[in-house]
Amino acid sequence: MRDFSYLRASSADEARQASLQAGSVLLAGGTTLLDLAKCGVMEPETVIDITHLSGLGEITVDAGGARIGALAKMGQVADHAGIRAAFPAISESLSLAASAQIRNMATIGGNLLQRTRCSYFREPDVFPACHKRNPGAGCSAIGGVTRNHAVLGTSDTCIASYPGDLAVALVAFDAVVELGGRTVSVEDFFLLPGNTPERETTLQRGEMITAITVPASAAPKNSTYLKVRDRQSYEFAAASAAVGLEFETDGRTVRDIRVALGGVATKPWRARNVERALVGKILSLETVEAASRLAMEGAVSHGANYYKIELAPRVVARAILKVGGLA
Amino acid sequence: MTRTIHLSLDINGRRYDLDVEPRVTLLDALREHLALTGTKKGCDQGQCGACTCHVDGSRVLSCLTLAAQVEGRQITTIEGIAAENGELHPVQAAFVEHDAFQCGYCTPGQIMSAVACIREGHAGSDEEIREYMSGNLCRCGAYNSIVAAVREAAEMA
Repeated sequence: MRDFSYLRASSADEARQASLQAGSVLLAGGTTLLDLAKCGVMEPETVIDITHLSGLGEITVDAGGARIGALAKMGQVADHAGIRAAFPAISESLSLAASAQIRNMATIGGNLLQRTRCSYFREPDVFPACHKRNPGAGCSAIGGVTRNHAVLGTSDTCIASYPGDLAVALVAFDAVVELGGRTVSVEDFFLLPGNTPERETTLQRGEMITAITVPASAAPKNSTYLKVRDRQSYEFAAASAAVGLEFETDGRTVRDIRVALGGVATKPWRARNVERALVGKILSLETVEAASRLAMEGAVSHGANYYKIELAPRVVARAILKVGGLA
Repeated sequence: MTRTIHLSLDINGRRYDLDVEPRVTLLDALREHLALTGTKKGCDQGQCGACTCHVDGSRVLSCLTLAAQVEGRQITTIEGIAAENGELHPVQAAFVEHDAFQCGYCTPGQIMSAVACIREGHAGSDEEIREYMSGNLCRCGAYNSIVAAVREAAEMA
C-alpha cells in the first residue's frame, strides 16, 4: 500500500472541500478503501477520515419511512428494531452480508460505494487490462473465468457484477440517496457500464453521501431478502432477490409487488417486468414461476456464469412465494 | 519522503504514543510498533479474522483499520482480556477446556470475536454461533470445538 497523507475532517463541509482535490478520497469504514489500496487498485494521495464526524450516523423510522445516516454501521441498521419491523428485506440484506466484524466497521454510505469483486479488476499486477481501472486498456474478464460475472446490464467493455446486497433491497423500495445539496434515487445513482465502466455512480467530486431515505408502505413491510451463494455465510451472492408484496383485501390478488436482483447484474437491478406481470394477478406457483423468468430478459452469459440465468429466476420465485405465504 | 504522524492510542487501558506513516494499520501498529504481537496477521485483507480486536467494545478487523482512525477510541486486544491476576477470561478458559484449536494461529482472533459475539447476544444456538463467527477462519478445521467453547462460555455468561 502506497503511503498517503491523512486528514481528520472536523466537519462535513471541511471533508467535502478537501475531497475536491484530485487524488483525495473519503475514509469511512475503510473496508473497501484499505482492501483496494492493498491490492494496488486504489492509490489515494490524501485520505480524509470522516469517521469522527457526529450527527451522520442516526437512524430514524416513522410512519412515513426510514432515514439512515450515511455513517450508520451495517450492523446497527441490520439490528435496528424499526428497520426490522418496517423493512425486513433491508435488515436481512445487511445481516446476510459480510461478517460480523465487517458489519461493525462498514458504513451505509460506503456500502453503496463498494466496488466489484471481479478478480481481474482486483489484481492490477497480474491483469493490466481493465476498462474500469484503466479506460481503453481492454477487459481480461471477457473470455476469462466468468463464474462470478454479471449476465444483466453488461457491455462490450465490462461484465463486472455489483456485489452488494443492501442496494438491491434499496432499489426495490424506491430509496433515495441524499448528497448534501441534492437527492437522487438509488436506482439512478448507479450507472450501467456502457462505454464508461470507470463511472459507477453519479456521485461528483466534492459530493458526499449524507443519508439514505426509504418510503414506508405495505410491500416493504412484507418483504424478504433471499441470498443464494457458494458458502452458507460470509460470501457474496451467486444470485439474490429482494421482494416485497402487498395483496388486495382478498388476500390473494397482487396489489403491489417489488422485485430486485443482486449478484447477477452490473448494478442493483430492479425487475419491473416481473412486477408488471404479477400486479392484478392471483398469486400461484404457475403465475410466479412464469413471471420470474421475465427477470432474465436480455441476459447474456459469458461462459461459466450461464448458471445465473437458470438460478436467478428460481431465487426470485422462491422469494415471492415466501412473502406470498405459498412457501 | 516519509511523513509520519504522531498518535496517542488507548490500548487495554494504557496509553501508547507512537509516530507512524499515515498508512499504518492498527494491526501493524500493534505488532510492529508496540510489540503487542498477540493479534495475528493472517490474510491482511479482511478475509480471515485473525486480526480481530475491539474498538469501543465492538469487534473489528485491525488489518482494515488505520491506526490514525482509532485515536480517541478504546482499543482492546487479546492481551487485555485476562484478569489482572492472570486468571483467564471465561472464553479463554473455555477454549482451553474444549481444545478449540490446533495450530493456534487463528485463536486470538477467534477469542476476541467470541467475546463480542456473546456480548452481542448472538451465541444462542450452535447455528447462530456458526453464522456470527463466520468471519473467523480456522484452517486446521477446529470449528466443532470452537462452537462448543463459545456455547459453554455463553451459557456461563
